[in-house]
Amino acid sequence: MRWREICGVVLVFLIWASSAQAQSTYGIGRQATAAEIAGWNIDVGRDGSNLPAGRGSVSQGRDIFAQQCASCHGEKGEGAIGDRLVGGQGTIGTPRPIRTVGSYWPYAPTLFDYIRRAMPQNAPQSLSNEDVYAVSAYILSLNGLVRDDATLDAKSLAAIKMPNRDKFVGDARPDVKR
Amino acid sequence: MSNKIHTSDKPIGTTRRRFLQSGGAAAGGVVLGAGASTAAETDNLPPNVPDWMKAPGDPMGSQPYGAPSPFEKGVVKNISKNLKQYISASGRTPLQDLDGIITPNGLFYERHHGGVPTIDPAQHRLMLHGLVERPLIFTMDDLRRFPSESRIHFLECSGNPGYTKPYGKTASDLVGLLSCAEWTGVSLKLVLQEAGLKPEAKWIIAEGADAAALTRSIPIEKCLEDAMLVYSQNGERLRPQQGYPLRLLLPGFEGNMNVKWLRRLHVTAEPAYSREETSKYTDLLPDGTAREFSFYMEAKSIITRPSGGQRLNATGFHEITGIAWSGHGKIQRVEVSVDDGRSWQDALVQEPVLTRALTRFRLPWQWDGKPAVIQSRAVDETGYVQPTLAELLAVRGENYFYHNNAIWPWRISADGEVTNALA
Repeated sequence: MRWREICGVVLVFLIWASSAQAQSTYGIGRQATAAEIAGWNIDVGRDGSNLPAGRGSVSQGRDIFAQQCASCHGEKGEGAIGDRLVGGQGTIGTPRPIRTVGSYWPYAPTLFDYIRRAMPQNAPQSLSNEDVYAVSAYILSLNGLVRDDATLDAKSLAAIKMPNRDKFVGDARPDVKR
Repeated sequence: MSNKIHTSDKPIGTTRRRFLQSGGAAAGGVVLGAGASTAAETDNLPPNVPDWMKAPGDPMGSQPYGAPSPFEKGVVKNISKNLKQYISASGRTPLQDLDGIITPNGLFYERHHGGVPTIDPAQHRLMLHGLVERPLIFTMDDLRRFPSESRIHFLECSGNPGYTKPYGKTASDLVGLLSCAEWTGVSLKLVLQEAGLKPEAKWIIAEGADAAALTRSIPIEKCLEDAMLVYSQNGERLRPQQGYPLRLLLPGFEGNMNVKWLRRLHVTAEPAYSREETSKYTDLLPDGTAREFSFYMEAKSIITRPSGGQRLNATGFHEITGIAWSGHGKIQRVEVSVDDGRSWQDALVQEPVLTRALTRFRLPWQWDGKPAVIQSRAVDETGYVQPTLAELLAVRGENYFYHNNAIWPWRISADGEVTNALA
């Protein structure tokens, strides 16, 4: 009885020790908490995964765009210091392609991801999630991809099919061979 | 003093000054020696004793860090004066002014998407989360506790250069978004093992702690092959422009994927399809399709001397030298043509020849004073041969923008002026 107990304790210890070995070679770093990860993980998938709650309308977006975006991207997203955001559909396969959100970007949720993390350039991560939905909606409306009275949230943003979505292919290099 | 000595010395001084002028002009810097009078120059030449021997020099400690000679002040990064803005912008290495294969840290090329952040390393954290057994947070001290390694690798911007005119005048204008350093850090594989990858882990999204929070997705195979978390470059801590205090290094992959100011690694089953890897760093073909996830920089080379903006001031012996590199491994050989591509000969390749690193090549050459076109062509260990611009354009078209690894010829005129032969 006593031997069985001792053997059991030793066995449990060996299993714990070996699993700890398999888990962590150096024991460096500490566990990240769920709250810490939630605060930093702003990655939005192309399918809209990890889009936050909230919603924003084209009309709200028009006002925010005028205040926060137009000085670099132009009143109607025609581009200036910042990239052109509007137009160019139908030009991508021509000698003079115009690459914009509407003509080139394959996934609408990427627009939310990028605006939230990097725009406006002088104050990134300063817009609320509602603001980012609204600005995304406005830019998509300028490209004719949502109606002028649209309101976008996680589900409706992810449901938008971008015109250029199916035009991306794998890397075929080396493409010049001797 | 003999006038004869002065006269016979003068061409050498002139030659050197002209080379300095061309280098300075190429770097957008100050023209050296232009204001110096002949009398002042000859005062320090034989048989006279030079001024700098007649009094003690600067005392120890006058430069606690150190800087190049003031006579080299024209050798600086090549930064365009006509950019729309300088927050998302690039600055080039003055390749034609450098020797060897290691780029000095102050001249390493830069590309930022949201400016250069000033990060307190004590407050910097790397978060590793997603498809791992244990999400972890590391301090910089934590990362420096891991077993370290040092390796020499090049880094090159994917758009170096574009496919459309106007083409640059100098080697730096053309391919100056290229540098090479000895990097020290920890193998990413070790850090991932510490967290324990789940079987469905296929990609890692890396994010920078800059104002762009730049994200790129890296295939797990690369992360487990030779990726590094780097904290030092050429022996000292990373410069802020290179990602201080921590950057990702993916040898052979296009520059922007080597995420600087690295703060987060998100292990996933799918790529992020971030703005940088869909709308920006994709390669548009003439038929309207675009290649995505085009990671590797293919084999490439360029002659850095003599090169555009320089001048040969005498016929006779000149060494042709340049650099070659490949994202796919080691340089196997470099061929040089001095007759506009009619014939090619193997250049001497300087050891060490390292995988995914710059390799220096040289060819002794006698210039007969006639117009000539010189160019180099790299072959890497996979057998891949560096193509011509025409060959690339035939397949990719002018709007491909990235991954231009074309042979770039230099034209030498009868008066010794070196210019871009494709411009």
